[in-house]
Amino acid sequence: MFRKKRVLVASTAVLALALTAACSGNSDSDSDSSSTKAEFNAALTKVVNPSDKKGGTIRLANVGDWDSLDPGETYYGYSWNFLRLYGRSLLTFKTEPGEAGNELIPDLAEDLGVPSDGGKTWTYKIRKGVKYEDGTEVKAADVKYAVLRSTDKETFPNGPAYFEGFLNLPEGYKGPYKSKGVNTDQAISTPDDYTIVFHLKQAFGGFDYFAMLSQTVPVPEAKDTGANYKQHVISTGPYMFDTNNLGKDFSLKRNPNWDAATDPLRKALPDRYEVQLNVNADDIDNRLLAGDLDLDVVGTGVQPAALGRVVGDPTIKAGTDNPSIARLNYTSINGNVAPLDKIDCRKAIEYAWDRTGYQTAYGGPLAGGDPATSVLPPFIPGYKKVDPYPVSAPTGDEAKAKEALAACGQPNGFETNIAYRSERPKEKAAAESLQQALGKVGIKLTLKPFPQGDYFSQYAGNPGYAKTNKLGLVVNSWGADWNDGFGFLSQIVDSRVIRATGGSSNISVRDPEVDKLLDQAIAETDNAKREAYWSQIDQKVMDDAFIVPGIVSKSLLIRPKNLTNVFVSQAYNMYDYLSLGVK
Amino acid sequence: MNPDPAQGAAPGKKIEGRSLGRIAWNRLKRDKVAMAGGYTIVFLILVALFAPLIVKLLGGPPNEFHQDLIDVNTLAPKGGTGISGDHLFGVEPQNGRDIFSRVVYGARISLLIAFLATLLSVVIGATLGVVAGFFGGWVDSLISRAMDVFLAFPLLVFSIALAGVIPDTAFGLSGDTLRIALLIFIIGFFSWPYIGRIVRGQTLSLREREFVDAARSLGARGPYIIFKELLPNLVAPILIYATLLIPTNILFEAALSFLGVGIRPPTASWGGMLSDAARFYTLWHFMFFPGMAIFITVLAFNLFGDGLRDALDPKSRR
Repeated sequence: MFRKKRVLVASTAVLALALTAACSGNSDSDSDSSSTKAEFNAALTKVVNPSDKKGGTIRLANVGDWDSLDPGETYYGYSWNFLRLYGRSLLTFKTEPGEAGNELIPDLAEDLGVPSDGGKTWTYKIRKGVKYEDGTEVKAADVKYAVLRSTDKETFPNGPAYFEGFLNLPEGYKGPYKSKGVNTDQAISTPDDYTIVFHLKQAFGGFDYFAMLSQTVPVPEAKDTGANYKQHVISTGPYMFDTNNLGKDFSLKRNPNWDAATDPLRKALPDRYEVQLNVNADDIDNRLLAGDLDLDVVGTGVQPAALGRVVGDPTIKAGTDNPSIARLNYTSINGNVAPLDKIDCRKAIEYAWDRTGYQTAYGGPLAGGDPATSVLPPFIPGYKKVDPYPVSAPTGDEAKAKEALAACGQPNGFETNIAYRSERPKEKAAAESLQQALGKVGIKLTLKPFPQGDYFSQYAGNPGYAKTNKLGLVVNSWGADWNDGFGFLSQIVDSRVIRATGGSSNISVRDPEVDKLLDQAIAETDNAKREAYWSQIDQKVMDDAFIVPGIVSKSLLIRPKNLTNVFVSQAYNMYDYLSLGVK
Repeated sequence: MNPDPAQGAAPGKKIEGRSLGRIAWNRLKRDKVAMAGGYTIVFLILVALFAPLIVKLLGGPPNEFHQDLIDVNTLAPKGGTGISGDHLFGVEPQNGRDIFSRVVYGARISLLIAFLATLLSVVIGATLGVVAGFFGGWVDSLISRAMDVFLAFPLLVFSIALAGVIPDTAFGLSGDTLRIALLIFIIGFFSWPYIGRIVRGQTLSLREREFVDAARSLGARGPYIIFKELLPNLVAPILIYATLLIPTNILFEAALSFLGVGIRPPTASWGGMLSDAARFYTLWHFMFFPGMAIFITVLAFNLFGDGLRDALDPKSRR
């Protein structure tokens, strides 16, 4: 009986494998091996251990605390991925391996948004019959309320701020707690219980990505407790909170009022999810390798200590996946600090930095990432290869760097400082690598560590401080909120996000032409035309030499041995948490 | 017949009056454990002084990368540790810096900070201790309460905060010089009460002794009594506690560097190396050598300090 089942599973797996092979049109010689055999990177392109078996408990651990379980405030990719177990946003990403994972599909909504008025108005229809855990039906007004409450940044300081930036809210609106009874129909209207219409201040072609945000997960106004709502979020997904000890652990159990008929996405296979918080990172790796733990929920990959063990042993390595992440670990070149105000001095740095050393600083080709030639990562739609600074060797091009130095009038090099976050050993290693590489052409760097809490607000990201303290280089890092040119570029290349009081992620890119291109791109509602702009912006920023592109991150994930339907979602760049089951 | 004082001595050996210091030195020389500690200390001081020379012969520049020796996939040195004729203690993972050179240069930082910080606390502690003990009254109360406050201070927390907020250029110093000065100040300024209390107690008992009364009745004033009568008798306890304070200060400096508020990278320090090594705890050699350096240094100072106490103050032995 048991054996029969195994054969069935194996044969469906082979079938699935054959199908994917046929689709991609590549005829790998090893495609005859059954999918039960573990392979390095297997979960990137196919579903590993496909199964429909129900039951069991999935055990997860988080190295830190959850930023917030409240869908209106949480601002981490892993949290958005996990939250879909207990909440349904209007749209979400397709739960499939490979490129399809980047595709937006309706979740609580019946279909993607319908733009009108040239992209200033977006209309969504909501599925009928979706219920909260207490059995009441979800109405369009609940989605409206959820979005409005998330704009209250005094109650929810950490959440994304896209809605208050784009919605046509009344002047001085401070969210439903403080601005009680204010009519907000000019921003969001609900003509009936199953229709929600968003009205924007300006045309925005990519609004469907906003509808994907966890802030559109409905919140029943009667049960909302403001900042305390995270203690018990009212579920709309297949699971609801069973226990919740903030900062320690929580668990999810089945939501009896979830109806699979309203939800084509979720398989809802396991009975429980148990999550431990604030667990030592090395401990997590060891437990994952031993199989005592299923997932590191944060999904950023193994620590350096476990790296040798994982990579050195072929059988362990076969049980890992190595996806790219939409995160660029780069270094800003501050044009406010002499002599970096001269473009040739900046170009000297672009030629001199050690690509291999930078990569090793972040963990090497597996745990670190791939050296980048420009700001935009390759898997962002619209990407084109941009490489204005080709080098003779991956360790940097001394000859070209010296030429550039001569052109900028500093043939013997110059001195400047490099800032990094003292709590981040990888950034320290990157700063040390730059110090070595630039030292070879005479550019002397002094390392300046700063606490990460105030890194952007007071130190490196504060234009006044950075200028007076001559922070010529600033180690920086940026992860897109979603894989799209707007999400990736707008916060790091738009000079208008730089505030005199600090706090901006953009530290160095000040080019009015880049700003103009961004404006044109944002207003464009045609996807293909909009995407063409991103590469143009990428090229311009690199020509200006304001950014040492560094590396596009990769992570080395330990694939859970005891789980089924394991695959990496390209949208979240980690295992997809919706389809998992227990063997 | 007058009794000849030389009669009891071995024939042919001249009798000489032996000073207190001489006696103590002879006692110390017989203590093999203490002397081993002493030789180790001398060796460490020589290593620190001649670090550039040693590194030239046996290592390389302490901040030089050797990334060709690193396996990029695991970040570990090729072959596990990278120990070879060129790199006696192997190389660091990730960037391939020579561990031997960094340990040798780390000795400079550790010993410099520990010695100067101890000196600072001895100067402050001895001065205030003598003043408190000698003058008594409200001066004593004030200083003693100040010592209580300093001893009750959450020192580690405070020093992390202080080292964190000091800017890069202050008091006319910058870079490593400023960090070293800052560490010396923090460590020295907060450990003076340990010496201060001992000195105050000794002074209290000494000032009631007959020779002090005698000096006073002959018309000697405060400063004379302090410098000529009290201080010579306080040298022994001060010396002992200073020697025992040095290892504590070495550990404290290592702890601060470990926590990232000590010397700034890439300058090598033992605590900082341990902190880097913690991320790579599976590579034994990275943690072993700086760890051993701290261990040996602290042990040597403790053994020597214990021996010194036994030699200077034999009554305290049992």
